[in-house]
Amino acid sequence: MPADFLAQVAVMAAVTYLIRALPLALCRGRLQSPWLRDLLFYVPYAALGAMTFPAVFSSTASPWSALAGVAVGGVLAWREKGLLTVAMAACAGAFLAERLL
Amino acid sequence: MAQPATENSFAKGLRDGVPIGLGYLSVSFAFGLSAAAAGLPVWGAALISMTNVTSAGQVAGLSLMTAAASLAEQALTQLVINLRYALMSLSLSQKLEPGIRLLDRLFMAFLVTDEVFAVASSQPGMVGRRYFHGLMLAPYLGWSLGTLLGAAAGGVLPAAVRSALGIAIYGMFLAIIIPPAKHLAPVRRVLVLAAGLSCLIAWTPLSRVISSGFSIVLCTLAAAGAGAWLFPREEADHAG
Repeated sequence: MPADFLAQVAVMAAVTYLIRALPLALCRGRLQSPWLRDLLFYVPYAALGAMTFPAVFSSTASPWSALAGVAVGGVLAWREKGLLTVAMAACAGAFLAERLL
Repeated sequence: MAQPATENSFAKGLRDGVPIGLGYLSVSFAFGLSAAAAGLPVWGAALISMTNVTSAGQVAGLSLMTAAASLAEQALTQLVINLRYALMSLSLSQKLEPGIRLLDRLFMAFLVTDEVFAVASSQPGMVGRRYFHGLMLAPYLGWSLGTLLGAAAGGVLPAAVRSALGIAIYGMFLAIIIPPAKHLAPVRRVLVLAAGLSCLIAWTPLSRVISSGFSIVLCTLAAAGAGAWLFPREEADHAG
């Protein structure tokens, strides 16, 4: 264990918390700029898109099993199934693909 | 157009948080495994998860501290990797019921994670304090418990199961983004643009100069900015 372990963890936690807390604490009213409001409306989709691709393809043992998981999960998500259903189906798809390939 | 009601039920938040908590169990299990492999005691791994609650930042932080990096390097890395949370918190500030007190906001800020943010954002109306508190609970427990289990007993699960669990969190993302993308063309285009840019950065030499955390910030700003510019939403949608 690093000698400055507690200091390292404290720095990690403090920086991460301040990033999360400052915007929530400082921005308390409705933003005036419609463009900025629209941008923030699109942020969740843009962020999740950027976080999912291409990272998902290295989330399992091989890109092929990940692709199978994305395909299975994608079809169920298109049919608007719940979060847990889609997540577990993606795991099952990846698991089966690794057994078969 | 009638504004959807504010979602403010603790029980509903708790229920909505359960899939996140289950997903976190598997992801933080993997973090616990690698923390133990890097030589941290079980309490050390758990302490990191219980005070940070962020996947990418913790993985980077762990590798920095085991490489004897300075505290300044640690702070800068966390800032870049986790900057996306500032965008999410700013986006959430427009989604939260306006009357929520500062102290409550400071408490809620602790658990602005990718997934909690995504689920809170997907509510049709505004989000209230009680709903958010309920939503925080299962993810926090899942994240802490998973780390503890992974650090203490990680080797027990077969490799095939560990591998398949790795995709759980992304499956959840698909369930959040695909239905709105199916119904709304602007959301679909923003999503494709963000994913395309992200792949472009990751699969070209750009990845050598742009860290994965900063890439997310860049792609998010570029795609959401383009969306706000090219597909402005009707003012009626904002009324309320």
